[in-house]
Amino acid sequence: MPSVEILSRIQFAFTIAFHYIYPPLSIGLGLCLVIMEGLYLKTGLSLYKDITRFWIKVFALIFGIGVATGIVMEFEFGTNWATYSHYVGDIFGSALAAEGIFAFAMESAFLGVLLFGWNRVNKGVHFFSTCMVALGSIFSALWIVIANSWQQTPAGYKIEGHDMQARAVVTDFWEMIFNPSSVDRFSHVIIGSFLAGSFLVMSVAAWYILKQRFVKHSQAMFKVGLGVAVIAALMQLFTGHRSAHYVSKYQPAKLAAMEGHYDSSSVAPMYIMGWVDNKNQKTTGIKIPGGLSFLVHGSFSAPVEGLRATPEKDRPGAVNFVFQMYHIMITIGMTLIGLTLLAVILLWRKKLFNQRWLMIIFAWAVLLPQIANQVGWYAAEVGRQPWVVYKLLRTSDALSRKVTSDQVMFSLILFTLVYMLLFTLFIYLLTRKIHHGPDISENAESDFDGYYHDNITHHPSKI
Amino acid sequence: METILGLDLPTWWFLVIGGLITGYGVLDGFDLGAGSLHLFFNKEESRRLVLNAIGPVWDGNEVWLVIAGGALFAGFPLVYGVVLSTFYVPFMLFLVALIFRAISIEFRSKEPWLWWRKMWDISYTVSSTAITLLLGLVLGNLIHGLPMNKEHEFTGNLLTFFNPYAILIAFTTLSLFMLHGAIYLVMKTENRLYTKLTVIVNNCSKFFILCFILTSMATLIYVPHMTHQFKNHPELFVLPLGAVLILLNIKRNIDARKYFTAFLFSCIITACLLILFAVGLYPNIVISTTDPAYSISIYAAASSVKSLKIMLLIAAIGTPMVIGYMIFLFWTFRGKVKLNEMSY
Repeated sequence: MPSVEILSRIQFAFTIAFHYIYPPLSIGLGLCLVIMEGLYLKTGLSLYKDITRFWIKVFALIFGIGVATGIVMEFEFGTNWATYSHYVGDIFGSALAAEGIFAFAMESAFLGVLLFGWNRVNKGVHFFSTCMVALGSIFSALWIVIANSWQQTPAGYKIEGHDMQARAVVTDFWEMIFNPSSVDRFSHVIIGSFLAGSFLVMSVAAWYILKQRFVKHSQAMFKVGLGVAVIAALMQLFTGHRSAHYVSKYQPAKLAAMEGHYDSSSVAPMYIMGWVDNKNQKTTGIKIPGGLSFLVHGSFSAPVEGLRATPEKDRPGAVNFVFQMYHIMITIGMTLIGLTLLAVILLWRKKLFNQRWLMIIFAWAVLLPQIANQVGWYAAEVGRQPWVVYKLLRTSDALSRKVTSDQVMFSLILFTLVYMLLFTLFIYLLTRKIHHGPDISENAESDFDGYYHDNITHHPSKI
Repeated sequence: METILGLDLPTWWFLVIGGLITGYGVLDGFDLGAGSLHLFFNKEESRRLVLNAIGPVWDGNEVWLVIAGGALFAGFPLVYGVVLSTFYVPFMLFLVALIFRAISIEFRSKEPWLWWRKMWDISYTVSSTAITLLLGLVLGNLIHGLPMNKEHEFTGNLLTFFNPYAILIAFTTLSLFMLHGAIYLVMKTENRLYTKLTVIVNNCSKFFILCFILTSMATLIYVPHMTHQFKNHPELFVLPLGAVLILLNIKRNIDARKYFTAFLFSCIITACLLILFAVGLYPNIVISTTDPAYSISIYAAASSVKSLKIMLLIAAIGTPMVIGYMIFLFWTFRGKVKLNEMSY
């Protein structure tokens, strides 16, 4: 039987990676919904009402699974990582409590109105609820990324007690909130989420365009998605650069692992792609000579701190994994910029929607931001090992003392089965929803929609 | 130690967490109870109606669990770790049940097939009931106390949790939530479904009164530490007396078909029972049956004074906002439930 540490790490990694499929989609979709419903309010065109209502239903599906898998995360801190909970409770706990009070409560209360209130409240109040749900989802990302960032770059704390009784306590609340990495990491995460949501919208729209269904509706959807995506993709370049900069300053070992850089006295190249041989401490691949030196120091000939500067027991072991994940993220990021810019140019020249090949690419491109978000986190979290709180608490010291490997094996198998079922159902229902498409108002093609039409005909799910 | 209005900070935070758990019990209690009752309704339309009665609000209710969990993590990190890792298996099953409940509500209406709907109906009732029973089981064990050594390590095993007292508390919780849920549903429905529910409410109230009496007796006989405060503070006898009076009031209002008042009283009795539990625990939060000296008190478990103060401020700003959202939500969906094309 594997050790409790390995099993607990696998369980946490698996449950959080699975959970992280959903919140970015909700956040990005939330923003798209605000824009769509805003356009409906502004223009009064029932076209926008139809697409808003369609995406609300998709949103409900995604949001529901996000909530259900998110509660698991909160409880796992206590069940599997009791020592960690005690160690960081003073700090992490307050961020989590603030997330609940300021974000989740707002999000879920207004979600009720968003999903079921279409006939209960007037258009303005409904739109307000949509905005509050979108804002709530952004706030929840804010608090949870702050908590995670504190673990990457602890600030505004002091250590009390010794050994197993040791814990970090707050000395300066604002210093803790605005620790060196929280702003950069939050902006990077939130824009990654906007990309995830907007690419989902564009993917579904592109698929309809290919099938020649709901053509007007899907073009409108696509434009909303593209508007969000092109700005987000370009901004991600900036936030990504800022994030790399904080890593170089506060977690040099992580940056060195990301680029497979070992020797502190040498100039560091930037790899386009490559392979790290951690045993022989050698990295090979296509590179820009001095690229990393330039990124960190603004000079192509300055040496950069390498992995060897950190003792082996204090630096990440899975160097090649960190390297690959980081590079996949970068490659996808660049691809997204290229794709969205190309689409904007074609749209401007009124040639976008008849490019079949591009629509096929966009239909599949929904996977790209998903993968980038996932692998970006893998690089960030594996890259800071062996620490759970950077340079303060080791992952191996953070476990629950009384939990046995049998228990963790039981829960790991349980979650694996349940999540497999959940994912299958999710994909099935999402596909069904997409196949069904938006319910079209009779007057959607042209005229003004002044009042609510109850013309949802032949809806198989409603008996 | 620093005090605010005569109470020290750990006590304040004990009250905040108690308040949040009470809020969770009062709010999610009725939709969990509605879930446990779900299979008693036979017609498709009835099932849709009772599901949509909680449709817009259940998610907001469940948030109180997340907030209470976060507050416990923040205020008493030691307890958070000890309690959750001690009840490892029950909490894992609880989490899986939460997932199944969420998806049952969400997925049920997505296909018209009979087997599909039946499957999710069963999953909904089973998971709602499992959540309630597991919460009750954990609560029962916390009231009863746990075998804990000096290092706050649990020395029992999985079977330790299934003692008769904890099982009784689990069923009392179930009966309370079922009554609470039935009263909520009867308020939200009309016509034949309403008539059927009036019968269910009556049966639930009998079930609850039975459990209430058994629990009271068992607690007095087997869990003497729960009543230790009463010796020094005889004025606390108001609480059990109040609980009995409220219970009689619920019965009276049910008989008079004043369901809104009955619902308010069933909210109050949920709060009252949790307050009794809190009074019995204080100033401890986890009781050791091995040696009372090994119990975890709120003072040993609390976060730093500075952190508690910051979070008290967060709670003071946030709670009125949360209550405001909840009022807005419940006000929007007031009155009898009607089905439309956005319903489940």
